[in-house]
Amino acid sequence: MAEFRLPKNSTVKKGKYFKAEDGATNVRKFNIYRWNEDDGENPRLDTYEVDMDKCGPMVLDGLIKIKNEIDPTLTFRRSCREGVCGSCAMNVAGTNTLACTKDNDEVKGDINIYPLPHMEVVKDLVTDLTHFYAQYSSIKPWMQTVSPTPSGAERLQSPEDRAKLDGLYECVLCASCSTSCPSYWWNSDKYLGPAVLLQAYRWLIDSRDEATGERLDDLEDPFRLYRCHTIMNCTSTCPKGLNPAKAIAEIKKMMVERQG
Amino acid sequence: MATLKRPTAPHLQIYKWGPHMVLSILHRTTGVALGGGSLLLAWWLIALAAGPEAYEQFQFCMRTIAGKIVLLAFTLCLMLHLCNGIRHLFWDMGMGFEVEDTARSNILVFLGMVGLTALSWSIGYGLI
Repeated sequence: MAEFRLPKNSTVKKGKYFKAEDGATNVRKFNIYRWNEDDGENPRLDTYEVDMDKCGPMVLDGLIKIKNEIDPTLTFRRSCREGVCGSCAMNVAGTNTLACTKDNDEVKGDINIYPLPHMEVVKDLVTDLTHFYAQYSSIKPWMQTVSPTPSGAERLQSPEDRAKLDGLYECVLCASCSTSCPSYWWNSDKYLGPAVLLQAYRWLIDSRDEATGERLDDLEDPFRLYRCHTIMNCTSTCPKGLNPAKAIAEIKKMMVERQG
Repeated sequence: MATLKRPTAPHLQIYKWGPHMVLSILHRTTGVALGGGSLLLAWWLIALAAGPEAYEQFQFCMRTIAGKIVLLAFTLCLMLHLCNGIRHLFWDMGMGFEVEDTARSNILVFLGMVGLTALSWSIGYGLI
C-alpha cells in the first residue's frame, strides 16, 4: 500500500553548515542528504558552500571537491565519471540523474542532492540496490536458445534486427528511472520497474533469443508488468535519453498480439 | 540488525513535479470524482422519471451557485478524463512516447479539457 509520508526515522532534519573559505567570490550552495547508522540520528541536510571558480563543471566534480577539501565523511558511489558505469545515480534538483553528466549550470539556485528516491539508504547518497539487482536477474538477462549452436560460427543477426536493440543496449542500470516511478515507490516488492522491464524487452525483441514465449509468460502479471500506468517519469528522467515507457508499451503490445 | 533501521530516501517530498505527473494523478482523481458525478446523473434521470415536481427540485438545486460549481467541476473532470483517456489509447498503441510528444500531448489534454467544457456549457446556455 502506498505510504506517502516518510516513516519517523526517515524525516530529514536541518544539518550542519560549512562556509566557503575566505576570498571565494563565486560561491554556490550544495545541500546534501546525510545519514549514517553509527550516530543513531535521523537523516539531515548539510549545506556546503563551494567556490565554483575552483570546481569542475559537473555535479560530481562538486561532490568530489567537497569530499576532498571540506568533509571527507561525505559518502557516494562513483567510478567512470563519464556516464557509462551508472554508479553515481542520485536525485539532483528534484530529478534523478547521473551526477557525472549533470552540469551544475543546469541547476538554478542551490544544488539539492538526495539519494535515489524511496530506496533504503545505506549511507548518505548510497542506497541499497540488492532488490533492484535481484529483479534484474529474475528476467534472465541473457540469451536463451534451444536450437543447436552453429558450429564454428556466431549466431548471426541482420542489420535490421540488430537495429532493434538500439535505445535498449545503452542502458547502464543506474536505477534512475525505476526510482523516479511512483508505481515503483509504492509497489517495488512486486512491480519490476522501468529499468528491468526495458531490459526484459531488450531480450524479447532480440532475433537470436528463443525464449520469447516463456519471457512473456513470466511478465503476464498484474504487478510485474501492468503496474506501469504510463506516468512517464522514467522517460523524462533517464540520464542516457532512453525510453523505458515505450519499451514497456511494446511489451504490453506483444502480450496482446500473441493472443491473435 | 543494523539494516532494519535504515531510513527511506525522500520521494514525494523532493521529487520535482512535471505536467505529465500532474496529469497522471489528475486522471486518477477525476476518475474517482466521476464516480460521484454519475450519482448526480442518476439523480437527474430519476428526477426526470419521477415527474415535474421532483425535476423542478433538481433544477432548483443545480441553479444555485453551489450547484453550478459542482456541475462545472463535473464537466471539467469528465473532459480531462476523456482527453487523457484518448491519450492513453494512443500510448497503448505504442504512439507518442518521445519526450517532445508527451510535452505536446500534455498541452493538448489541458486545452481539450478547457475547450470541451466551454463548448458544452455554451451549448447548455444556448449560446451556440
